[in-house]
Amino acid sequence: MKLNKIILSFVSALVILFSTSVASFAKVVGDKIILGAAISLTGKYSSNGVHTQNGYNMAVDRINSMGGVKVGGKTYKFDIIYYDDESNPKRAAQLAERLISQDGVEFMLGPYSSGLTKAIAPVTEKYGVPMVEANGASRSLFTKGYKYLFAVLAPANLYLDVAIDLAVEKNGGKPVTVAMAFEQDAFSQDVRLGVLEAIERTGSKKVIDDKLPKELNDMAATLVKVKQMKPDVLVVSGHTKGALTAIRQISEMKVDVPMLAMTHCDAAKLSKQHGKNSQYALCASQWHKTLTYKDNFFKDGMTYDADFTKEFGYAPPYQAAESSAALLVFKDAFERANSFDKVKVRDALADTNMQTFYGNIKFAEGGQNVDKPMVLFQVMCDGDKCENKVVAPTKWASAELIHPIPSWSKR
Amino acid sequence: MDFMVFQYPMISVQACLDGVLLGILFALIAYGMALQWGVMNIINIAQGDLVILGGYIAYFMYLYGIHPAWGVIVAPVIMYFVGIAIYKLVINKVVDRDLFISILATFGISILFMQLMNFAFGADVVLANSDYGTTMLFNNNVVLPNSKIFSAFISILFAICLVIYMKKSKLGRAIRATAQNARAAKILGVDTEKVYAATFGINAALCGVAGALISITFTIHPYMGLPYTIRSFMIVIVAGLGNLPGVAMSGMGLGVFEEFADYILGTEFRIGSVFLLLVLILVYRRFKLSRKREYLK
Repeated sequence: MKLNKIILSFVSALVILFSTSVASFAKVVGDKIILGAAISLTGKYSSNGVHTQNGYNMAVDRINSMGGVKVGGKTYKFDIIYYDDESNPKRAAQLAERLISQDGVEFMLGPYSSGLTKAIAPVTEKYGVPMVEANGASRSLFTKGYKYLFAVLAPANLYLDVAIDLAVEKNGGKPVTVAMAFEQDAFSQDVRLGVLEAIERTGSKKVIDDKLPKELNDMAATLVKVKQMKPDVLVVSGHTKGALTAIRQISEMKVDVPMLAMTHCDAAKLSKQHGKNSQYALCASQWHKTLTYKDNFFKDGMTYDADFTKEFGYAPPYQAAESSAALLVFKDAFERANSFDKVKVRDALADTNMQTFYGNIKFAEGGQNVDKPMVLFQVMCDGDKCENKVVAPTKWASAELIHPIPSWSKR
Repeated sequence: MDFMVFQYPMISVQACLDGVLLGILFALIAYGMALQWGVMNIINIAQGDLVILGGYIAYFMYLYGIHPAWGVIVAPVIMYFVGIAIYKLVINKVVDRDLFISILATFGISILFMQLMNFAFGADVVLANSDYGTTMLFNNNVVLPNSKIFSAFISILFAICLVIYMKKSKLGRAIRATAQNARAAKILGVDTEKVYAATFGINAALCGVAGALISITFTIHPYMGLPYTIRSFMIVIVAGLGNLPGVAMSGMGLGVFEEFADYILGTEFRIGSVFLLLVLILVYRRFKLSRKREYLK
């Protein structure tokens, strides 16, 4: 019995010794720079969590195969430790703590969604660990004075304000009436704030301002009000379920509205579920493959789209593209810092000014990317085949906006 | 608060009709819950998850080019066996135990089902298109998607079939006997173990029908089951066990209440208002009960 205890203590001591020795060198092991990421591989965000992981992996493979990261005259390769945060903010924060204090990770990649990024950011901030995130757009992330948080994507308040500007432009510069339906999560509420600012700026008027629950699957009440009030624009933000529910019920209830603008809608998903009923919907997006940004690793959006499709068997959503861009930002920062010192890398990240296939990246003091506008595409169908066509900003427009949306009786 | 629903009479008509159609669907789920609650004394927290699983069956039929309306026949058959399997694996071990144990067990089943559905079908929101079109009433001022009318019609049909089955068939009579007094039924030769399994299976089958109808009418998602559990619990509490007309009326009442709450308080308070109503009804019942006790004293 006593001997057993001694052996157990000895083995435990060895394990602890081994784990601490690994931890102290975990940020860079041999020729590997180890990054940490808590990603939603299960739970309600798992679809987008997988897109995020695929985006990260694609960039890691590409950077490693094209010469890796050069720091201090030596070449390093990227490697990522992943944990599944189960789409749960508490778990995400625990895992961030574990990545930093147990696994010794000194550089982090972001999780999926604003809510989970909000949970992790205080932890990375506490330990002074630079985190480049690609999927947390909530404005509240960038107003807390975080020094180690950098987001490659445009903040949420810029998602749909351009739709209001577009509606005003189409109305001959005159103000418009706006109906709004937003889910009550951090992201959608920030999108709402952006729309409210645009309404104020253009002198427009909001006629409906509904909040949607997270278990949304019926928004008939909002749509009946829309039928009654006949607004010029209907704006909906409630993740994929909001977009799918809106299209289903708008088509079933034959709601005619001149402009319908949404987030989280993608022609492939919408047309797969709704066919031609999704036509003319305007969708806010961080990225589109036809944008003409370029870099040395993925060339451009079209090449990224083709390479990603070849590797993962589906076309990359913007969540994957922005995740790949996060790795390009880290590589650039390591090389400019020429060091693995966390503060030096953080300072290099703050000075980032580069172009990637995903867009220009330059961080403001709050950590948000201020050099990349959002794009707005419209779902356009030719027969049964539907596609996203960029309609705004005009610099990248590949099609003319169809406005107003033809009424259901004429379709 | 928004009182638009009272300013425009047509919105009130719309809310009432939407509520009634929706309520009939809720009543079908609640009937299943009332049945197994009455017979087995089990409150099934996984009720909503069984509904969602039924919805996925219709959705997959739709994906493979079969019209999702066939789901109302296929889903209950599959779900009946799923119900029997759940009974054999878990429920039969808790059926005679404390109510709290059964709540914990079905809560566990609920979590397991959510995660398994998420693992198997993904976390995306999905729906099955029926392409049934729309019915316009009152000079196009009231719009009723035909999918909702279809759902209500099928729910009523299944409820009628079930009532006839419970009255006329041997198993139906055995189920009713067990609900009245399980021990006496056992003494008289009813195999209560079989009755319990069949009851749980029938409940799961009803959830399967409702799920198929929900995937045709609304959207489904692995984590969307709980609101359906709460609604059916609420309906059963109001109507009482073994009271089918009560369940139907209470279901429709809840549907209309939800629709009006949606218009007046906002969509975000839709489920919250159901909780509030539940609390109010429980308080009212307790108040009535205490008055009765005083009278008896």
